Amino acid sequence: MISKKEVEHIAKLARIGLTSGEIEKFQKELSSILDYFEKLEEVDVSEAEPISHPITRATASSTELENVTRKDEVRLNGASVDEAEKLLDLVPDKKNGYVKVRAILK
Amino acid sequence: MNLTDLTITQVHQGLAKKEFSVLELCRVYLERIKNRDKEISAFLTVNEDLALSQAKKIDDLIYVGKKIPVLAGVPCAIKDNILVEEIRCTAASKILENYIASYDATVIKRLKEQGAVFLGKTNMDEFAMGSSTENSAFGPTKNPRDLSRVPGGSSGGSAAAVAGNLCCYALGSDTGGSIRLPASFCGAVGLKPTYGAVSRYGLIAFASSLDQIGPITKTAEDAKIVFDVISGKDKMDSTSVNPKSDPSTSSGSSRAKSRDEIRNPKQIQNLRIGVPREYFVKGIDPEVEKVIKGAIKKYEEMGAKIEEVSLPHTEYALSCYYIIAPSEASANLARYDAIRYGGIPEGPRPFCEKGGAYGAGKNKKLKIKDLFDYYLIAREEGFGAEVRRRIIIGAYTLSAGYYEAYYLKAQKVRTLISDDFEKVFRKVDVLMTPVSPFLPFKIGEKIEDPLSMYLVDVYTVSVNLAGLPALSLPVGKVGELPVGLQIIGKPFEEQKILNIGKHFKEM
Repeated sequence: MISKKEVEHIAKLARIGLTSGEIEKFQKELSSILDYFEKLEEVDVSEAEPISHPITRATASSTELENVTRKDEVRLNGASVDEAEKLLDLVPDKKNGYVKVRAILK
Repeated sequence: MNLTDLTITQVHQGLAKKEFSVLELCRVYLERIKNRDKEISAFLTVNEDLALSQAKKIDDLIYVGKKIPVLAGVPCAIKDNILVEEIRCTAASKILENYIASYDATVIKRLKEQGAVFLGKTNMDEFAMGSSTENSAFGPTKNPRDLSRVPGGSSGGSAAAVAGNLCCYALGSDTGGSIRLPASFCGAVGLKPTYGAVSRYGLIAFASSLDQIGPITKTAEDAKIVFDVISGKDKMDSTSVNPKSDPSTSSGSSRAKSRDEIRNPKQIQNLRIGVPREYFVKGIDPEVEKVIKGAIKKYEEMGAKIEEVSLPHTEYALSCYYIIAPSEASANLARYDAIRYGGIPEGPRPFCEKGGAYGAGKNKKLKIKDLFDYYLIAREEGFGAEVRRRIIIGAYTLSAGYYEAYYLKAQKVRTLISDDFEKVFRKVDVLMTPVSPFLPFKIGEKIEDPLSMYLVDVYTVSVNLAGLPALSLPVGKVGELPVGLQIIGKPFEEQKILNIGKHFKEM
């Protein structure tokens, strides 16, 4: 069973606010989900490599998978030139074309 | 003739023969959305002006006698996690309530090049996390076959819009079954493409190693039309690949051949269909099992060879998925800080621990202490319960001390699950299973118990973990409720499973 303190700690790491009622609710729900994960303990993975790209292995022989790199330069890709303006239009709090954030130093 | 009953192919023929205009067709759909969507709630945004202006352009082309592409003028709906330039894109989340997309997703760009008409954006589980579309911040979508039941999720709005004749076809996204499950629950066709077959550029990321965009349509033939347009390598998504390679090269020839070999119905005779025994165990609704077994029998009667096979790690797929997907989600959703868009709405906050002393910028009476506080409040108010639950699970399974026991272990089990498929695909051409062990359930039935909701995905998540293509095909009903057959193919063999699906109605 995951503790209340652990739930609070992880929620803070993830920058998620929880009310006190929710901490208890999440504690119960997360515990039952983590209990369910214990099923994986049965599996012998001593021979298995971890994968993150599902197709790399299965079809390595039949697809032309290769590392993709590009030059670090501006490209517009057909996007309208005023895209920066469009993005700034969405910012709730800004000044002189800069995004305003709260102070991080006291 | 009821225009909203038509498939893509039928609309195209009707337009070519000038039986009706795109504008006419579009107005019929918009009118139907106005009337019928009050009950279904499939749409979050309806962009009437855009749709009508797109329609007029295609009508002009037809008027001057231009030959139009098959998707030109065909009204469609787009899941609200796929960006359409200048249209609001919410991912059914409060945190994106006012977000206006500044560019087109690659799939949208490709559809626009064909002259597609976009009716609107469809409802979904918030950030595609859920199996019922009840996790939308804007209220649930209802199943058009029975309004007291869920349409499945997370692409529930797209599937309900297609099944309810509110659009001709739709796009969804599938991370653990989010196209196939709602297609099955609503009685539509849904295709989850091979990982990498369709560009994810412009898809709001949930779990990047699992997400794929795909079509939801009325027929397998229509799904093929849409898939052919949206698939292919895209330089904006470095995980996308191009399976349409030159057939003369050694690696391309076998794929090109396999794409064509099922075109002729007689070819079903040589088809080897694997039925994994792990998908027909305790927990499946016997009525669902009966419909699925009946559908497989039909393929057998057409001459296919049915073989029972085993995917021994199936029982671990759900745990594996529900570790990997939230882990990736916790990283992907870290970007939502309500600073670059959204913001925190002003006003007192009655539920706030510290007595409602918080509020945003302009309201000088309410002050947020610091940036950390701002994040906590923005993300508490902006994300719904399931999204916060998954972010926290993901942060936990990735955190120091637990990473190896959970995330790394799951990545290794993922390898074993993928190996299972590779082994059976040496013996059989495709696999057939149910999409879901259950019929569409009642709204509210599972929403209070997250784990019971996760169990709905038990037959769909393995396909995402292994990156395979799979089709959800309506093959029967229990009462009025549709049942979907899942046809799983080898990597990049979408054409094969689509053609097999197409032959079902021709039987």
